[in-house]
Amino acid sequence: MAAGVAAWLPFARAAAIGWMPVANLPMPVAPTEKNKRQDELIILNVSGRRFETWRNTLDRYPDTLLGSSEKEFFYNEETKEYFFDRDPDVFRSILNFYRTGKLHYPRYECISSYEEELAFFGIIPEIIGDCCYEEYKDRKRENAERLMDDQEDNKDAKLPNMTFRETMWRAFENPHTSTMALVFYYVTGFFIAVSVITNVVETVPCGSSPNQKEVPCGERYTVAFFCMDTACVMIFTVEYLMRLFAAPSRYRFMRSVMSIIDVVAILPYYIGLVMTDNEDVSGAFVTLRVFRVFRIFKFSRHSQGLRILGYTLKSCASELGFLLFSLTMAIIIFATVMFYAEKGSSSSKFTSIPASFWYTIVTMTTLGYGDMVPKTIAGKIFGSICSLSGVLVIALPVPVIVSNFSRIYHQNQRADKRRAQKVQKARLARIRITKTEGSNAFLHSKRNGLFNEALEFTNSTEEEQRLSKSTSLLESQHHHLLHCLEKTTNHEFVDEQYYQQSYLEAGLQNYPSRSPSLSSQDGVTGTCCSRRSKKHHTPLPNASAPAHMQPLTHTHTHQQGLQELSTIHIQTLNILPAMMLKFCNQFSSQITTAIISIPTPPVTTPEGDAHLPAAPTHQNVVKVSAL
Amino acid sequence: MGALMVIFSLQPKQRSKTRDSVEDELELSAVRHRPEGLEQLEAQTRFSRKELQILYRGFKNECPSGVVNEETFKDIYSQFFPQGDASTYAHFLFNAFDTDHNGSVSFEDFVMGLSILLRGTIQEKLNWAFNLYDINKDGYITKEEMLDIMKAIYDMMGKCTYPVLKEETPRQHVEVFFQKMDKNKDGVVTIDEFIDCCQNDENIMRSMHLFENVL
Repeated sequence: MAAGVAAWLPFARAAAIGWMPVANLPMPVAPTEKNKRQDELIILNVSGRRFETWRNTLDRYPDTLLGSSEKEFFYNEETKEYFFDRDPDVFRSILNFYRTGKLHYPRYECISSYEEELAFFGIIPEIIGDCCYEEYKDRKRENAERLMDDQEDNKDAKLPNMTFRETMWRAFENPHTSTMALVFYYVTGFFIAVSVITNVVETVPCGSSPNQKEVPCGERYTVAFFCMDTACVMIFTVEYLMRLFAAPSRYRFMRSVMSIIDVVAILPYYIGLVMTDNEDVSGAFVTLRVFRVFRIFKFSRHSQGLRILGYTLKSCASELGFLLFSLTMAIIIFATVMFYAEKGSSSSKFTSIPASFWYTIVTMTTLGYGDMVPKTIAGKIFGSICSLSGVLVIALPVPVIVSNFSRIYHQNQRADKRRAQKVQKARLARIRITKTEGSNAFLHSKRNGLFNEALEFTNSTEEEQRLSKSTSLLESQHHHLLHCLEKTTNHEFVDEQYYQQSYLEAGLQNYPSRSPSLSSQDGVTGTCCSRRSKKHHTPLPNASAPAHMQPLTHTHTHQQGLQELSTIHIQTLNILPAMMLKFCNQFSSQITTAIISIPTPPVTTPEGDAHLPAAPTHQNVVKVSAL
Repeated sequence: MGALMVIFSLQPKQRSKTRDSVEDELELSAVRHRPEGLEQLEAQTRFSRKELQILYRGFKNECPSGVVNEETFKDIYSQFFPQGDASTYAHFLFNAFDTDHNGSVSFEDFVMGLSILLRGTIQEKLNWAFNLYDINKDGYITKEEMLDIMKAIYDMMGKCTYPVLKEETPRQHVEVFFQKMDKNKDGVVTIDEFIDCCQNDENIMRSMHLFENVL
């Protein structure tokens, strides 16, 4: 139950009068408010700044520091106020959480100090409202990354025992870790540059012998260029093999982009070696040499910027694709138009629509080479429209891509956001768990209510008081309301698991076969029995546990609890300490349906409760007769 | 290209539409309601001053604008019944509280209703309950109306109940109800039959006093 609507609980209870004429069963007794206090103001002195609020406001969240009795530790007798030596600015948000039910994260606040304050006051950060949750998560992630970076730096400094292979890999990936790695880094960079320059210079015409035409340098100094090429390729091959050896996952390394670039860069050379100087294949060989230019991409290992550029282009792929698509559409339209417009004129260069493509592209990008020019008036008109629209179409997607560039940082964090999605799921799961706490709390208190009544018969007042304090008045009123609804409809709230069970078993409709399933919980009975008898002497420690926000462990105890419920039944019917017999008689008259409605296996009747044999056929009927 | 231009020319129209709806929303939220003075409310209801103060604070906390509309009402009421769907019953409740049928429940309506429920005589309470069940406010409860109410109540239980809720459970419950209430077996329950029958039923009488000490 959200605490913000706690103030409306009296309304909900009053509205329950609408159920009364419909109900066939008498209603449970309303919880009385022992020592009902007038709502009073509490003064919270946080490092000198005084906050005042109603006591009821704080009581809305009984599992936090301020809502529970834990705040009594901070009570100052002389000044009659609660003193907390904490940050008053952050406390503002915390107090607003009590008032409005929403926790906000102030942007100017440091994330770690905020989290500390939340931890101190017992509030889980997951319930930060959606308005502020994004910001909170971003800041937290930045913080975590910063910490990780710091850790990494420290880690790099001291690493005692890594295998040679791991050292090599680390040297390759982070060149600044050791001087050897740095040397290697620069050497490879140098050779990449040399290789690229060689490729370029190879084609420059290099002075000529007087009687021949100009030859490119490559053909003049064949041997020299060949030697340089060989040297570069040898270095690259060695580098590639070393990386392959050092890679932690060779398969993944071979699939990575950089390794493919490496392979493509050195392959032409080897293919050229293998191939003979055959006339046919030399044409193909020349083509292969083009791939040597890919060596320039090896620079991306050396340049962070290039990597980011490549990555951004990859992530902008959809926008670029759309740009390309719309451009293609425009080109086709205008090419068609120009072709038909220029069809009439003689000696027109617009021989076909594909031929007009060239004109359209050149015009739309405002290049205007002038090799193809429209001659008819219609052609000129459409040509001008084409160039005008070209400006628009080209200019439009550019801001989109620019803004994508500016989002590079967030694009890089895509992986983290995917991780954050898992965290988001975890967060939602935690919130759901705390919400189901509310409904589960009712189921728990029902069981505890039984125990409570049992205790009443033994007149153990102190234990009873302890129990009643463990659930706040608000909760007990809410539970009473739900109890009334149960009585009105003659059905009970159960939890998911039990519902599945009973749903399946209702299909079976086979009572004797149920006993094995119940007694299969015998394994639990042993522990539960002892736990229960132990509990008899010491009051339930975790009666209030459901109300606390202990998500994961809680569901476990809850399941146990439900098993315990059925085992209580078994207890009363199978193994009976004399005390339990007495209780059984006493409170079987008030036992709700929760227990009797498990149809009793025929074995266990001899305990002589007149009510129980009436159990078998209709669960509904039992409830009426039992009362 | 032409397609793009058409697309662009469409855009401004959509934007103006959203601007209109935003203005509409601003207008709605500007509707505020201030309740009558404390003294008047004290005179009209059976609450003390302090109680009215507490009630108003809670009311205003949840509805800063001073009126509850049906959505908020359903929202608030549903939070008390996390396992089921309380919206249908909340709808009927809303109609019962909204005595002047203007679509919103102001603090006066709220407090009047509560005054009857918590501090009223048995007659008044039964009257109120009859009014709740009589959906079309014609003075008769028909089986269809009762079935709607019953289904709404059973909806609040949700799915996970024991024993499992069957389809005909609300109908059976309505049958039982009509058997008890409809004295002359004419298929409807009038206010007199209703009050008469309830006054003779011990359970109902006892449960009417159940919430006396709320607040």
